[in-house]
Amino acid sequence: MKALVWHGTTDIRCDSVPDPRIEHPRDAIIKVTSCAICGSDLHLYDHFMPGMKSGDIMGHETMGEVVDVGAESKGKLKVGDRVVIPFTIICGECDQCKRGNFSVCERTNRNGHIAAKAFGHTTAGLFGYTHLTGGYAGGQAEYLRVPFADATHIKVPDGIPDEKLLFLSDIFPTGWQAAVQCDIQPTDTVAIWGCGPVGQMAIRSAILLGAKQVIAIDRVPERLAMAEAGGAVTINFDEESVIERLNELTNGRGPEKCIDAVGMEAHATATIDSMYDRVKQATMMETDRPHVLREMAYVCRPAGTLSIPGVYGGLLDKIPFGAIMNKGLTIRTGQTHVNRWTDDLLRRIEDGQIDPSFVITHTVSLDEGPDMYKVFRDKQDGCIKVVIKP
Amino acid sequence: MRYETERTRRRGHADTATDTLARGLGLFSIALGIAEIAAPRALARALGMKGQEGLIAGYGVREIATGIGILASKDPTPWIWGRVAGDGLDLATLATALEGKNPKKGNVGIAMAAVAGVTALDVYCAQTLSRESPHPLPPMQDYSGRTGYPRGIEQSHGAARDFEVPPDFRTPEALRPYTQPEAPRHPQPSM
Repeated sequence: MKALVWHGTTDIRCDSVPDPRIEHPRDAIIKVTSCAICGSDLHLYDHFMPGMKSGDIMGHETMGEVVDVGAESKGKLKVGDRVVIPFTIICGECDQCKRGNFSVCERTNRNGHIAAKAFGHTTAGLFGYTHLTGGYAGGQAEYLRVPFADATHIKVPDGIPDEKLLFLSDIFPTGWQAAVQCDIQPTDTVAIWGCGPVGQMAIRSAILLGAKQVIAIDRVPERLAMAEAGGAVTINFDEESVIERLNELTNGRGPEKCIDAVGMEAHATATIDSMYDRVKQATMMETDRPHVLREMAYVCRPAGTLSIPGVYGGLLDKIPFGAIMNKGLTIRTGQTHVNRWTDDLLRRIEDGQIDPSFVITHTVSLDEGPDMYKVFRDKQDGCIKVVIKP
Repeated sequence: MRYETERTRRRGHADTATDTLARGLGLFSIALGIAEIAAPRALARALGMKGQEGLIAGYGVREIATGIGILASKDPTPWIWGRVAGDGLDLATLATALEGKNPKKGNVGIAMAAVAGVTALDVYCAQTLSRESPHPLPPMQDYSGRTGYPRGIEQSHGAARDFEVPPDFRTPEALRPYTQPEAPRHPQPSM
């Protein structure tokens, strides 16, 4: 089969690789009908996340049709089922899964000992996302082996196009969880840094959950326009001071809830702290560039909440923890517990409350995938979300 | 497809490579400046320019200021031209070390060749940036109609208020200062 394969920094190729097969009775194989490039794939493309090996298949936003089922998954899945595959691989049986904390499933990361060394404890296995999270093959391919398939799937009905359902795999529940983590009240202003796909979903989620005001921060005109279409007031951080504008829009109080949909590769360049991060990162003295975290901690209203769906990988420097502590801020973060939200979100899609396909700007074949990584990374051609049709 | 990125659009240029080069020169400037300030004696010794340590450290301050200017400004063009001027000054200063019986003339020659190479890059970068439009390009695509709400934003705003936030994601009652009823202005009489 054909698949997008990681070979090194900014080197992803469409290669021919062996077809996946059932390796365990809980496995299933799906024929991929749609998959997507996620913003967090760019951390692998740029090789900011450690733990990739040449030959790894990329991708963790995938849906398709079941074509083979292992013996132990047969009660839950059958050939022909239409499924979206969550990016977190879950066993459904461990203590964390039973609590709904699927992204920290205790069983599915087959390299859990490595994750435990890096993070103190294991986290869930993820598709196509480094050997720290199990080294599982990803779904930017014609076929995907789904481990723990009896639990790791979201059954979806026929009659709804892939484009409306695909993002149940990651960005929609990720934006949703970011907003849910804020416990939004009708009086809240929610400020969202980053208007990429997750930021766009967080904006819509905050609107659906009834925030009084949603403010979106970015500098790419197309992304700001899309954020505005979703009901956000926008701030272009290249043209105005984020802190001043946020205080202005909240009568000097600051937003009650702040969402970091940017993560480790913040692109602000005209601030002293971001230059500091660039230099430290270039000299391997810091892994991430946490400009957004600093800004959120500074501007958030006391007793407010910082919600962090943006991906961070390692060590962060100069975090103003004094502000966080003295202002009594709550921090909520983590990879997304996808299956905890998807039944509810599927209902909202069917109900017409939201149509996540609004975010798709490019649809391409697998062969065009490698080029689209660069287009997406560099935000060329108005690119916000790439869907791949194998 | 227009070859355009958020970085180039930010500065209004249509060429990513030149912007990347400008940023690289900015970082190089800062690194060189730090070296000149941190080790002026070693540099002076290597170039046979004893007694010029203060001048070398001063050039280091200039390099750092230029580097910050390149990285922090929306349009780095004048700062890159500033680097070109600084290169001229460096070459003139190094040329003075070729006079007389300086035993380190070989090192001076190598340094001058290196500065000349960087000068060529600076001139190329400054000229390319100067040729490009200083005005930001307009958005390429119109996404203003992509609301994501099939029933309209008015219908969807608050449509998920029926969602019950799970207890582990809920703000503790004690930390909900904004939703509490206002305290009575006068204390209630005790019973």
